[in-house]
Amino acid sequence: MTGANGFSVSGYGPQRSSWTRLFARDSLARRLDWPILFSAIALSLIGAALVYSATRNRTELNQGDPYYFLVRHLLNTGIGFALMIGTVWLGHRTLRTAVPILYGISVFLVLLVLTPLGATINGAHAWIVIGGGFSLQPSEFVKITIILGMAMLLAARVDAGDKPYPDHRTVLQSLGLAVVPILIVLLMPDLGSVMVMVIIVLGVLLASGASNRWIFGLIGTGAVGAIAVWQLGILDEYQINRFAAFANPELDPAGVGYNTNQARIAIGSGGLFGTGLGKGSQTTGQFVPEQQTDFVFTVAGEELGFVGAGLILLLLGIVLWRACRIARETTELYGTIVAAGIIAWFAFQSFENVGMTLGIMPVAGLPLPFVSYGGSSMFAVWVAVGLLQSIRVQRPMSA
Amino acid sequence: MTNIPETGRTPRVQIRLVVIQILVLSLLGTLGARLWYLQIREGDAYAKEASGNHVQQVVSPAVRGSILDARGVPIADNETRLVVSASRTDLLKMKDDGKAVLSKLAGVLGLKAKDVIEKVRLCDSKTPQPCWNGSPYQPIPVTDEATPKQALQIRERAEDFPGITAEPQAVRRYAAPGEANTAQVLGYLSPVTDEEITKAKDTDSPYLRSDQVGRSGLERQYDKALRGKAGVTRYEVDKLGRVIGQAKSDKAEPGANVVTSIDSRVQRVAEYELNQAMKDARKELDRNTGENYKADSGAVVVMEAKTGRVVAMASNPSYDPNAWVGGISGKDYTRLTGKDSNYPLLNRAIQGQSAPGSVFKVIPTAAAVNAGYSFDGPYQCSSSYSVGGQVFKNFESKGYGPISLGRALEVSCDTVFYRLSHEEWKRDGGIKPNKNAGDWFYKTAHQFGLGKETGIDLPNEVTGRVPDRQWKQDYWKANKDAWCKYGKKGGTYAQQIAYENCLEGNRLRAGDSVNYAIGQGDTLVTPIQMATIYGAISNGGTLYDPTVGKAIVSPDGKTVQEIKPKSHGKLPMTQQTLSEIDGALEGVATRGTAAWRFGGWPQDEIPMHAKTGTAEVYGKQTTSWFTTYTEDYTVVMTISQGGTGSGASGPAVRKIYNALYGVSEDGAIDKKKALLPEPQKSLPKIEKDGSIDSPKAEAYPPPKDEQASEEGQQPVNGDNPAATVPDPNTGNNRDTRRRTARPKKRRRTLT
Repeated sequence: MTGANGFSVSGYGPQRSSWTRLFARDSLARRLDWPILFSAIALSLIGAALVYSATRNRTELNQGDPYYFLVRHLLNTGIGFALMIGTVWLGHRTLRTAVPILYGISVFLVLLVLTPLGATINGAHAWIVIGGGFSLQPSEFVKITIILGMAMLLAARVDAGDKPYPDHRTVLQSLGLAVVPILIVLLMPDLGSVMVMVIIVLGVLLASGASNRWIFGLIGTGAVGAIAVWQLGILDEYQINRFAAFANPELDPAGVGYNTNQARIAIGSGGLFGTGLGKGSQTTGQFVPEQQTDFVFTVAGEELGFVGAGLILLLLGIVLWRACRIARETTELYGTIVAAGIIAWFAFQSFENVGMTLGIMPVAGLPLPFVSYGGSSMFAVWVAVGLLQSIRVQRPMSA
Repeated sequence: MTNIPETGRTPRVQIRLVVIQILVLSLLGTLGARLWYLQIREGDAYAKEASGNHVQQVVSPAVRGSILDARGVPIADNETRLVVSASRTDLLKMKDDGKAVLSKLAGVLGLKAKDVIEKVRLCDSKTPQPCWNGSPYQPIPVTDEATPKQALQIRERAEDFPGITAEPQAVRRYAAPGEANTAQVLGYLSPVTDEEITKAKDTDSPYLRSDQVGRSGLERQYDKALRGKAGVTRYEVDKLGRVIGQAKSDKAEPGANVVTSIDSRVQRVAEYELNQAMKDARKELDRNTGENYKADSGAVVVMEAKTGRVVAMASNPSYDPNAWVGGISGKDYTRLTGKDSNYPLLNRAIQGQSAPGSVFKVIPTAAAVNAGYSFDGPYQCSSSYSVGGQVFKNFESKGYGPISLGRALEVSCDTVFYRLSHEEWKRDGGIKPNKNAGDWFYKTAHQFGLGKETGIDLPNEVTGRVPDRQWKQDYWKANKDAWCKYGKKGGTYAQQIAYENCLEGNRLRAGDSVNYAIGQGDTLVTPIQMATIYGAISNGGTLYDPTVGKAIVSPDGKTVQEIKPKSHGKLPMTQQTLSEIDGALEGVATRGTAAWRFGGWPQDEIPMHAKTGTAEVYGKQTTSWFTTYTEDYTVVMTISQGGTGSGASGPAVRKIYNALYGVSEDGAIDKKKALLPEPQKSLPKIEKDGSIDSPKAEAYPPPKDEQASEEGQQPVNGDNPAATVPDPNTGNNRDTRRRTARPKKRRRTLT
């Protein structure tokens, strides 16, 4: 194994700095996954337009500056992009060594949310207010550290060639690693993130080649856990109502069913081509709540129509499709697991987010990757893109 | 690059990765399908729901057009009242939901703050009155009786009263120029019903809950033109109801003005004289019943003979149409429609029908000629005529010997017509008609336009009735059960009649034909039908549809849609017969039954034609009919239970002519005093801005001058008009106050 060579990837280094060399055969640029990159950029820019459309009139939020959210969204995208470059620079293998530190930091941060430093935004006690209008949602980063941590444990002996699959002990260890932050997030409670994390764990275990017993065991535990959560009354009333409203959308259309109803009206009224950006009556009339964040897809549905909303799904599909390819093509199990974790994360979160606006999933406070406004989420998904790129770039490491 | 992994990747992981990939893509596929379902398949439904979500309408009422008389004097127009309204949309933007502003407003208006706040709140199932049950986007009226001073206070300190407006608004007013109230012709407005609101909801001109709709008379007939088009502004609102944009705005278009052929001065004379004639009749003793005449109701029509245009139309009892303005009170409503009200809302000129008596005789005259009898006769005018043992007497049992049909008209000889009608009846086969029965007497009546509406431009005209064979059959069918049940041979008179009707009520009996010949029995006509017929005799035989509306003038005055005279047929007689009848009717006025009423009339200058009628009604006193015409006008008057034609109606009709032509009792013509020696041909002058000139002296007379000028208008009237003005049904103090003093003062101050 030549993992230590991670930095001296061909086409990447100070000795070859010219543009032509950058794009030379086997160069870094050649090996980057451009479809993912372009799709991620396109999604972020579409997101910027949608966020702008949803917030330009909301003086109570944007402090009188119609571009407030647009600028910040673009800024977040830029920071996210830089984080991606940094991630590629460091490489996922380097990050592997840093997993204990990253894990420690993220668990510390989620614990911090439970202290008085934590803040409740939209019913979810999942935030740390930094000040200056900035706030952090540590659970977004926990998703990454869970992926990296579990991948590190599960792939260690397989990549070393000791075993074809992770053994039970390793699986148990990795689960233990994941359960700690998940429990903390559950206590917040940030149920949406917990759901995503559980799916991530499932994806990671699937890709690790762990025994089927673990897979079905986890699904069973998840089901029992969900019933337990329901029965033990850990859920807040608003969360129960969301499920009730999902089960019966006509229930109290002015109350709990309101969001989903209005979201569906917004999307449905878009038709094929939509009303045009900034012209959607549901959007300008602010009939849909949280339209720049969790319900951003309704803006696309109303103002860009089936064509625009479908494009977002298509771009997400490209990211996921390419990510699947990366997972399949990488030579180490570590990379495969990381990619699979990211796929599970993106896929579930996108499905849940879009699904709830379309009325086929219950409402949960989850952002749409790249598109929704929100720094923490944006940073996390771009770091994930960086990890995917890194796996792809460093694939032929033994060459 | 190779797709085959270079590691010893186990197939388990590889298979699971494919499973993940398929799962991921199927999730995205699910989203895509659902998106297609919502946006493409159900898209239209959602789009509709979205527009219902965010569009709110604010309707601003259109100012209703005026109804003007022939000279442009408004007989129905609008007065301006100061309405202070509060906009909920604006109030809710304030921190305390506008409570402070409303309290301040209450202070200015001299109301209690609580009352104002309650008026502005929205109605729902839990909120008791007062509350606003209209659209929350509509300005909510707080008061419509603000003084100019209060309005100015609100307007000048607009910054202290955000969301509050004080604006003049138009409210219907029936001006009654020169005391001509024209009530039944004008009709009235009443609030729109829920059903009408629902029906008009999606049309161009939706109703406001506060809208008024024409229910009768001209207000109803020309409602569409008068109403105009309400302005609709569609606002886009957000989910809190805040206005975020104006989607569409249609300005309110004021209603068109309707110019009528009514001359309010003549109208006033007609109303006054009708009322006077009825009062006089009540002083007369009816020798048949031994009591004074009741004169319970009456009508008079003054019509242009050559066009059918109605110059005046009065019905008595009358009422003040202003009672309807701003919602009629329960007390007023009972007074106007209750059992003891004598139904002043009825326009008896078109809705009152009664047996015409002798004024009908022009019809059997024409019918006889058409049936082949010669006009000159001679026909025996005996004092009575018997049919099957039943004796039909001549009026006052007077005989005139053998006379012509013309003379029979002049002296109103009944027996001549009895005989002719009876002969015709026999010729047609009597009680069992021949196949080719001519039924000339009935056919002619139909040709004269009886038994159907004249087509006047007023709603709910009644048809009258020609009691021909067909009608007999229909009527018998409808009533025979009742008759047969009640009828008893040899019982009381009523029972005997019912018994006979039960047996052969479907047959046209000899007695029926005899009674019919002099406009008795089951014959019914309306005054407007008589006016149309006598007008046709005057104009050479054309039966015009009577019209009140003369032109519809758009609010800007640019479009004038004239309402042209329309004919519905010709009199069924030759010019020869027509001129012979015309001559006979002139004879009535000069030497016949009406001559005593036209003593001293300048017959050479203004040839007068007349026919009197005294119709007998079973169980009631006689109906007075008087039909007259000159070259230009037809005047028909009838008074129920009023006595004889010439006796009760004669003086009033004469006085109307006096006023029209400026004739004094001694026959002198003073053109200056003539109100309308010739029909008003032209429309009133319409200014460039759309306003219509109206003679000043009429429009703004100070009350005292008004009376003085009225005296001048009616020089022949011996009584003091001022003392006789009040009508028992029009003395509504509230309305009088409303339409005189206040609005004028306000208008001056505000604009």
